[in-house]
Amino acid sequence: MADIIHNANPAADSVASAFPKCVRVESKPHLYCPGCGHPEVLKALGLAIDDLGIQRRVVFGIDIGCSLLAWNYFNLDTVETHHGRTIPTMVGVKRSKPESVAVAYVGDGGAYAIGAGSLLNAAVRNENILVIVVNNALYAMTGGQESPTTLPGMKVATAPYGADQYFIRAPEVIRSVNSTAFVARGITTVLPALRALLKSALQHQMDGKGFAFVEVLAQCPLNWGTMGDPKATIDFLEREMTKEFPVKRY
Amino acid sequence: MSEKKFIMGNEAIGRAARAAGARAMFGYPITPSSEILHFWSGEAGSEQGKKDNLVFTQAEDEAAAGFMLIGSVLVGTRAFTATGGPGHVIMQDAFAMAEAMRFPIVAIVMQRGGPSTSTVVYSQSEVTLACFGGNGNGYRIVYSPASIQELYDYTIKVFNTAWKYRFPTMLLSDGYLGKMMDEVELYDPAERGIVMEPAEPYSQGQVRTRPLAAIVPSPELDARVVDGVEYACFRNCLNFEEEALAVNMETKTAFDAVAPEIIEYEEYGDKDASTLIIAHGIVSASVKQAIDNLKEKGVFARLFRPITLNPFPAEQLRTSAKNAKRIFVAESAVGQLGKLAAHALCGTVSVPIVEYSRPSIGILPKEIEALVMQPA
Repeated sequence: MADIIHNANPAADSVASAFPKCVRVESKPHLYCPGCGHPEVLKALGLAIDDLGIQRRVVFGIDIGCSLLAWNYFNLDTVETHHGRTIPTMVGVKRSKPESVAVAYVGDGGAYAIGAGSLLNAAVRNENILVIVVNNALYAMTGGQESPTTLPGMKVATAPYGADQYFIRAPEVIRSVNSTAFVARGITTVLPALRALLKSALQHQMDGKGFAFVEVLAQCPLNWGTMGDPKATIDFLEREMTKEFPVKRY
Repeated sequence: MSEKKFIMGNEAIGRAARAAGARAMFGYPITPSSEILHFWSGEAGSEQGKKDNLVFTQAEDEAAAGFMLIGSVLVGTRAFTATGGPGHVIMQDAFAMAEAMRFPIVAIVMQRGGPSTSTVVYSQSEVTLACFGGNGNGYRIVYSPASIQELYDYTIKVFNTAWKYRFPTMLLSDGYLGKMMDEVELYDPAERGIVMEPAEPYSQGQVRTRPLAAIVPSPELDARVVDGVEYACFRNCLNFEEEALAVNMETKTAFDAVAPEIIEYEEYGDKDASTLIIAHGIVSASVKQAIDNLKEKGVFARLFRPITLNPFPAEQLRTSAKNAKRIFVAESAVGQLGKLAAHALCGTVSVPIVEYSRPSIGILPKEIEALVMQPA
């Protein structure tokens, strides 16, 4: 985490207004649960888009799951797709209109389970898109089921006695198939650093350098059973999650 | 300039897509459609293809190919895919979204044996899937060509139909036609006075002759103009049953309104013949041959061939069947065309509809002749 803070642009720390300029204010308050990590990721993304002045060029593709609640979050060309199908949709956008900036916004279930084939192959083909994966270690919208990032021993709806020892560290996998991609993992609790990461990832695409992948560790108080206890929520995110999922540039 | 060439059906499709000004193709290899991918990858990589900004992507699976196609159409590209059989099953994921949002995707479907992996060249068992697949109510346009020349003609047509009416549009053929070679007249659509419909963007486009709100079902669209720029947000996850009802009814109203303009059919044989045979695709070509052979023996029969399987020429079939004493449905499937025909004729004919079902195997003229010659 120290790396990320160190890399952050200090100028980006000053958050003058409550919302990024590209936010669709009419769609607020947002539809996420109190304390959810998604609005933090979306805010960082919106600020990065503002920073780069690319509001008109972005096509924002969102997956099914809690991601879908972002469908009218921004004044951006936005399309909600099917579960696991956002990455190929953005591939089609970018290949057909290279001057657009294609962003796929997906959860850990959408990216690492049902859409894993598309994620991996987009990286193998070095598709010139940005994939943002919000990792909260479970399926949130459908009721807290086990996902490929559920940590060992976590009790979730479909692993009531605790999840097994196996899980995916996706940035490591992406790096193993693509040596030139932009690969990083951020966290919602260090927002300026996340904004800087997303800005760099967008710039990577705009420079035509190929695949950019940012996983963001995010809290889900509802399904973690920590609703109403912010300290427990943040403790799990910053202490437990980061033990297995290092926050850094790869 | 038009020219005649002796080529394979799948190549005729590829050349027609090129003549129609298609710019992008996304697909996954599957027999019997793979030569369409081969053709397009060759075009896209050629010097001329690069000049024309052609796009080709071999996807990781058919679902991905379908959604790449949606992304391409979203930004205003005349784009298509080709698949068949189990790949066609997987691609229904994307077709359902295209149906919900009225995205004019074009899919070339080359049917192969079914169910499951089955044989790799021929059947007519994807009629129901093409017309009514997905979790919607079948608002897609499906053409069934019957010759290699028609593969060329109708491939040009499907792009125009898709973009004019904004429904997913399919060319439903099979590996017999796709893999067979024949002389085909290749032409530039402009020579025939065919004007290609423009591919207007849904996203990343500010100039439109038709506003998005006139196309996309209202619950699925939130378009806003901010500082003179329109930002369009599309969704397909709805909150209320009333919204889902609205999507379905708006789509049905739009589909029903244009169906009469889209419907195509063909009749063949002696119009007074009391024996009517209903068939589509390559089976209809076999029926025509049988009708000619029977005529030489002084036996008369006629064909009703739906060219559009969806929307189905129901009224036209009813008129055609009115005075028929015997009605046969012949297809290389069980009860797929049969159900469409029976639904159209329900309550309007008093003679039985006899189905000749040969799932996943070709039907020869002599089989049709035997059918007609058997005592009533």
